[in-house]
Amino acid sequence: MFNALSESLDNTFRNLRGVGKISEKNITDALREVRLSLLEADVEFSVAKAFIATVKEQAMGEKVMKSIKPGEQIVKIFNDELTKLLGGDQAPMDLNPPAHILICGLNGAGKTTTSAKLALRLKKDGRRPLLIACDLYRPAAIDQLKTLAEQVEVPCFAPEAGETDVLKVAKQALSWAKEQNGTVLIFDTAGRQEVDETLIEELKQLNKLIEPKETLLVADSATGQQAVSVAQSFDAAVGLTGIVLTKLDGDARGGAALSMRAVTGKPIKYIGEGEKMDQFTEFYPDRMASRILGMGDIVSMVEHA
Amino acid sequence: MAGFFKKLYNKVTNRADIDWEEIEAELIGADLGARTSMEIVDELQNLGRKIDADDIIDVTRRHIAEILPADPAPIAPREDGKPFVILVVGVNGTGKTTSTAKLAKLLKNQGHSVLLAAADTFRAAAVEQLERWSQRLEIDMVKGPPNADPSSVCYKAHQKAITDGYQFLICDTAGRIHTRHNLMEELGKIHRTISKQDDSAPHMNLIVVDATTGGNALVQAKEFNKAIDLDGLIITKLDGSGKGGVGVIIQKELGIPPRYIGLGEEPEQFKAFDRDEFVSEII
Ligand SMILES: Nc1nc2c(ncn2[C@@H]2O[C@H](COP(=O)(O)OP(=O)(O)OP(=O)(O)O)[C@@H](O)[C@H]2O)c(=O)[nH]1
Ligand SMILES: Nc1nc2c(ncn2[C@@H]2O[C@H](COP(=O)(O)OP(=O)(O)OP(=O)(O)O)[C@@H](O)[C@H]2O)c(=O)[nH]1
Ligand SMILES: [Mg+2]
Ligand SMILES: [Mg+2]
Repeated sequence: MFNALSESLDNTFRNLRGVGKISEKNITDALREVRLSLLEADVEFSVAKAFIATVKEQAMGEKVMKSIKPGEQIVKIFNDELTKLLGGDQAPMDLNPPAHILICGLNGAGKTTTSAKLALRLKKDGRRPLLIACDLYRPAAIDQLKTLAEQVEVPCFAPEAGETDVLKVAKQALSWAKEQNGTVLIFDTAGRQEVDETLIEELKQLNKLIEPKETLLVADSATGQQAVSVAQSFDAAVGLTGIVLTKLDGDARGGAALSMRAVTGKPIKYIGEGEKMDQFTEFYPDRMASRILGMGDIVSMVEHA
Repeated sequence: MAGFFKKLYNKVTNRADIDWEEIEAELIGADLGARTSMEIVDELQNLGRKIDADDIIDVTRRHIAEILPADPAPIAPREDGKPFVILVVGVNGTGKTTSTAKLAKLLKNQGHSVLLAAADTFRAAAVEQLERWSQRLEIDMVKGPPNADPSSVCYKAHQKAITDGYQFLICDTAGRIHTRHNLMEELGKIHRTISKQDDSAPHMNLIVVDATTGGNALVQAKEFNKAIDLDGLIITKLDGSGKGGVGVIIQKELGIPPRYIGLGEEPEQFKAFDRDEFVSEII
């Protein structure tokens, strides 16, 4: 039942007991295990470091020092703090008219899929979403969004083949939307690397034109150490209002979530858990925290002890 | 020197004591993983003398170069005239379809005849995506009816490749998360189907890994390797900020070597993996 992390922490402390009193140094040493675990979960190096420092103070408390299973206690503190950090100031979506949602992110992150999933979700909530294809670059990107839009039965604005001017498309889409009686406009954009200045500039222009209420960064949960650079760059370019974490149906530990949350302060609003249109839900910080720490039932075990 | 180590380089040259943690941070930042990064730091500390920035770069590069194998010979058409079959696999969105097209172009540019199989019959407009590439690059493609069984598409394509004497057949497959048992089974079935008309086929199974991916890339490779024996790696999106350090880890842990790299969305932004170049880019 014990997972590797809390077990190795317990062992560390058990060895220490023989030696005598648990000291600050002992705790610092033990926290190396947690640090390693965070790094293995792809939490960014400096984020992991800062986080450990915050938690260390609490770990120095009486409860841990005197506990029979100090390892579990430390893990629980981490888990609670992680949950707090991941879930703090969760903001609802701003869908006041004109409700424009800009979907952006790296290539292949899951933007087009997320756009359609979000449309379905909003439709179920009684809104009238519209999908707008602004990826003029990837072959058949428009076909992809059109197909998904049909599946979720949401109107879709599809630019003509060969069109290359995103701003022109967005303008056309805005006037098309007026005739459609829709209430929320979701703009799917082309994938781009955050270091690609030309494409980031294009995104900025689009952002300026449509003035979105919500700008969501779609990010793959398996993202590694670049998560910070990705989130910061997109935030600097277009001002993110939230993050959507995709492909959580895999087994990536998802440290990217913590990294992005920590550096941008933007909430994770939704998660994708599969390729199907309804595999899309709210984000649960507590589940994510356990996942990052790589532990199963440890928290509830500690709570019920 | 690629920008990556520049900051550190200046710091180290101007400073007497080394901040080991900072060096480790830079290595981890390349997605080399905590353990390999610590090994490199250990190696540096074990030099047992005052180190400078050049030591850091030398030791790191040597350490990584030792893990990676020498560059393999480029793939060549078979001497018996039968098609050399390449199967392209990986998790969702890594760049399989794009890499399939790019690899086809690379082979075509070398004067070989290539056929594509659009065996992602699942994702919305996946067939259309490869079809656009096939038109743009003027490379023939075989597809099936909508929602066709991917195995049957590969079978049909293989048949055509044999009959019409194509030198290469490259099969694009649907993205699949490695934890989905039934999808991994499907991959096994595709593999077996391809061997029906030629028991030596497929001749090369390539997994596509996104350079931005962290530690999970190793798990991905491990699971795909269980379903079908992998022969190599395509590391995509190296034009982004990801360094593709997971490629090193995958070679180290699983012995699956990098074969190609993707450097952008354009068809020519793709080439055979070059160990020396990769090693000098990573730091
Ligand atoms: N397993 C799984 N697959 C997903 C999820 N979200 C998206 N995908 C898949 O990931 C792949 C890429 O998704 P897309 O929606 O095309 O990604 P994108 O960001 O629009 O890609 P580009 O426009 O090319 O940058 C597709 O195969 C999707 O089916 C998810 O939550 N889980
Ligand atoms: N910047 C960059 N983008 C790439 C590279 N290779 C592929 N892409 C982009 O990544 C996105 C996904 O590529 P695809 O080829 O559709 O990926 P896939 O693995 O076939 O996706 P699924 O079939 O949905 O699983 C697209 O936007 C591609 O243009 C690369 O080397 N660099
Ligand atoms: Mg897309
Ligand atoms: Mg594909």
